[in-house]
Order: sequence, then C-alpha cells, then structure tokens
Amino acid sequence: METPIIEMKNIQKHFGSVIALSGVSLSVYPGECHCLLGDNGAGKSTFIKTMSGVHQATSGEIFFEGKPMSFSRPREAITAGIATVYQDLAMIPLMSVTRNFFMGNEPTKKVAGISFFDHKKAADITMAEMKEMGINLRSPDQAVGTLSGGERQTVAIARAVHFGAKVLILDEPTSALGVRQTANVLATIEKVRKQGIGVVFITHNVNHAMVVGDRFTVLNRGKTLGTAKRGEIEADELQNLMAGGQELAKLEIR
Amino acid sequence: MSQTQTAATPDERVKTRSSFHQLLIRPELGGICGVIIVFAFFMLTAMDSGMFSLSGVMNWSVVSSQFIIIAVGACLLMIAGEFDLSVGSMIGFAGMSIALLSVTFGLPVWSAIILTFILCMLIGGLNGWLVIKTGLPSFIVTLALLFILRGLTIFGAITATNKTIVGGVRDVAQGDWLAPIFGGKVFTGAFQWMADQGWIDTFSRGVKKGQPIVEGIPMLMVWALGLVIFGHYLLTKTKFGNWIFAAGGDAQAARYVGVPVNRVKIAMFMFTAFCACVFATAQVMEFGSAGADRGVLKEFEAIISVVIGGALLTGGYGSVIGAALGAIIFGVVQQGLFFAGVESSLFRVFLGVILLLAVILNTYIRRKITGEK
Repeated sequence: METPIIEMKNIQKHFGSVIALSGVSLSVYPGECHCLLGDNGAGKSTFIKTMSGVHQATSGEIFFEGKPMSFSRPREAITAGIATVYQDLAMIPLMSVTRNFFMGNEPTKKVAGISFFDHKKAADITMAEMKEMGINLRSPDQAVGTLSGGERQTVAIARAVHFGAKVLILDEPTSALGVRQTANVLATIEKVRKQGIGVVFITHNVNHAMVVGDRFTVLNRGKTLGTAKRGEIEADELQNLMAGGQELAKLEIR
Repeated sequence: MSQTQTAATPDERVKTRSSFHQLLIRPELGGICGVIIVFAFFMLTAMDSGMFSLSGVMNWSVVSSQFIIIAVGACLLMIAGEFDLSVGSMIGFAGMSIALLSVTFGLPVWSAIILTFILCMLIGGLNGWLVIKTGLPSFIVTLALLFILRGLTIFGAITATNKTIVGGVRDVAQGDWLAPIFGGKVFTGAFQWMADQGWIDTFSRGVKKGQPIVEGIPMLMVWALGLVIFGHYLLTKTKFGNWIFAAGGDAQAARYVGVPVNRVKIAMFMFTAFCACVFATAQVMEFGSAGADRGVLKEFEAIISVVIGGALLTGGYGSVIGAALGAIIFGVVQQGLFFAGVESSLFRVFLGVILLLAVILNTYIRRKITGEK
C-alpha cells in the first residue's frame, strides 16, 4: 500500500477549556477524494485549519508524505503543497481573474534590473487554465465579481492545482451554490482527483459527497465516527451518523 | 460526472462588450471627464484673465502638483484599504521639524531634512502598526494622530522659539546640497534661452530686467510627476502592486494565499508619510519658513482627489493616474475661480458637489465591474 500524502493521527485541539477536537484521525492518498462530513459545530473547520497550518494541534501527529511534520503558519503548509480553498474567501471580486489567480505568486520579469509583474505571461496562463476547467473568460482582465459562485470556486481550485498542490482542501465549496453550479464544481473535483491530487472535500451534504467521494469520514462533536470506503456505506447511513443517531431517533418517535 | 466539458465553447450567455463599455469601467473615467469639463469651463470664462499664459499655467500647475504629491500617497493607501487623516498634521509637523532642527538647533539643512524624513516615516509606520495591532479602523487611529501631531508641532514651536512661525530657513539653506532638490527649479537655462528668443514674457524693468518671469520648472512639479510615475508603476506593473490591491480588496483572502498584508499596509502608511514630508519640505523651502498651522485640511483634500480619481473608499480599487487627475481638477478649479473673478468661497461648494458626483459615479462603476445588481 502506498503512503498517504498526509496522515493526521489522533489530533486533539483545545481552545482554553473547550475541547474542539478529541482525537480525530484521517489520511489522504494521492488521487483520492476523501469526504469529511459532519454537522455544524462538529469540528470540521477546526480540523482542516489544523491541517492547513492556521491552528496548531494540542496533541496528535501529522505525517506529510510519511514524514512527521508540524506547520506553524499557513504559508508553510502551502509551500509543502497543502492548498485550502475557503468557501467565501477564495477570490477578491474587484480584482481581475488574472490578478486573483496569481495573488501571492506573481510571475515577474526583469526590465533594466527592476522586477515587474509579467502581465502577459500571467494572462496567458490564466486563460489556458480557465479553458482547461471549462470557463470562458471574456478577457483575462475580467473582474472576478462577474463570475458566478461556482466559477469562483473553480478558479480557486485551478489556482491551487497550478501552484503545485498535492493535497487540496475544499471547505464547503458547494454549500452556497445552485444545482448547475454544484455539478460544475463536483466535475472540477473529479478532474483534479484524476491528476493524482488528494482532495479533502468538506461538506454536510451527503448527496454531494456520494457523487465524488472515495472514502467518507464522519465527525461528530469533535470525534471521528469512523471512515468508510465507497460502496461500504449508504447515503442514509451517513446522514444518520452525521446527525449523531440519537437526534434522528427522537425525530422518528413522532 | 465523467463527461466533463473540456472543450471551451463560447458561452451564449456572455454578451460581448463594446470597447466603449471597456473604457467606461476604467477607474480614471471620472477624472478624465472632470478634467475636460473643468478646462472647457475655464477656457470659456477665464481665457482673457491670464490663466492660460505661461505664468498662469505655472500658477495652477504648482498648486495641482502640491495636491498630486499628497494624493499619490493617499491613493495607494486607500487602495490598500486604509485611510490616513493625519496627513495635514504630518505636513505641519515635518515643516516645523525641518525649521527647528536647521534654524533653531543649527543642524545642516540636509541633515535636518533627512532626519525629518526618517522621523515622519517612523510615525507613518506607527500609524500602520497601531491599525494592524489594535484592529481598529484606520479612520479613528489616524484621527488621534491628527490631534497628537498638530499639538506636538505647536508645543515644539512654542517651547523652542516662543513663536508658531519659524523663519530663516532660506538663509541657512544657502549652498546646501539637498535643499534645492525640494525648493529649486530646473530647466532655468532653457527658460532663459526662450526669454532671449522672445518666446516667453520677461521682466521689463527693475533688477531682473530681461530675465524670464517664469524662471524654470519648480522641483515640486518634478516630484509630483516622479511620484505619479512611481506610484502608477508600483501599483499596476509590480508584484507589490498586486499585493496592494489584494490587501485592500479582501485582507483575509489575501492572507490565505500568502500575501504579507500587514507589511503591505504598514509600508503604505509609511509611503503616505513620505509624500506628506515631500510636500512639507518643498513648502518650507519655497516660503523660507515653517508654520505650526500648515497643512490643515490637507488630508481631506488628498482623499477627495483620490475619490474623484475613481478609487473606492472601501479599498481594493483605484488608480494613481486617476488620483493625479483628481488633484489637477482640484488645483485648476481653486486657482481658476480666482482668475475668473468668482467669489472664492464658492470653491468649497464646488468641492462638495464634485465629491458627491464622484462617489455616485464610482459606486455605479463598481456595480458594473462586479456585476452586482
């Protein structure tokens, strides 16, 4: 069995007296889409923020490509190849697609010893990458604000892939989207997965998870309720696990 | 999900846009229109007043240049998502610092200028640091600095000299190597030559007989031009420029992709202080004195120029060229009303009206860009 790109073992995260995560484990293999499911407050966000270097785990181990690793800031995780696409913070609407695409990674060329933003190169790459993802841009200067929510997520994903992501964490990319746009984003995830990138797909929509997921991990109240492979578990079962069993049982009494 | 659309076919829902529309959504649009309107107006009303003679042009160009210098700093800072209300006080403070250090404490003028620049940029950095560390709006932090700096300027002047105006800078600046960079004139030879050819007006009597009325291009204008070119290139053609847009557009999104937002913002506060300091130094060298009340309301004039130039008050969008055009409108109207013989109090009415129009236009343009309804 190949080694996972990233393996999180028994991660605990305490915020003062609050135990946000009490022993969560998860691993991601290359070319795998691992769905992380859980209700609001289950600890999904805390967990992925620990993975992407925003938070530091109180205890537990992180292995990146088999080697123990701890990220003290997001930049380190990004450099290592862990890219995170946040639901509403992916893009800056007033800036052009090109400027957004290369934000923080601007290509430069030297003219008379001074380094300038290489607009032409940036525009060409952006247009090519967008075409690859099935988005037609009017021009590379088009503002991101003119794109739909799904297209913005796609641009953010394309950006992460272009800059060498090995693990792509998607934080509820579909939760604010319509049916058609959701389908586009799920298609993008499929494309990325086929390129051998490990995808961590956070959602609380079981149906979206079932479409693209290879493995499913359910979080509840800061604990892992187990990981299941595709085909081993039904959508209803996942839904029950997410709701924590009990609550749903209560509902059925009625 | 396997049959994904790889071939990019033209999307029938994307309307092709005319080049006129492309032009319309440039940030400089308001500034360009404003400049045309303002010049047309004064050409009709003040053509015979000498406003468009060489000395008249120099008159409003110098005033416009002053506005441009502080507008460039305010523009980059506003695009980075912050304000600086302490610019006016900084101008008073810097001028007083140069005058006190050189005249009262006897330092060479060049070292007084350099020390003042360092001090002002440190204060600018402090502004930025306070905004970042406290997380408070820059509006409130720099408002505090507005009062602190103004108070310190008056206190320093009174304590050291018992006066609020310190003169004699011109005498100590004689022969200094750095002072002419701010207060001098360039192309004086070319202007003398043009005068000798009879192309431009000369003094007809007195000790300056035969010398041109306009001796040369003041360094103030060179600074203004230089800062506009520098600001424009920095913003649109460099990596750092992209970070400025990003920091103002959405600081958190920018941080997530590794843009050093805090560093960018602090640097822009320091740059604004630098611009205020250039303004102050040129003013002190021109007047030969520093006054504790110099620069009052300059922060608002800078911000208004920037907004007329198409920048959004909320950050993330704007143009240095636009800000410069806004400053030109400002300077031309302020001086033009004088040439046209219009009551100068109407200048403020004009200011308020044009500010309102600019903000409405900018909001409309932003909707066009982002596709908001």
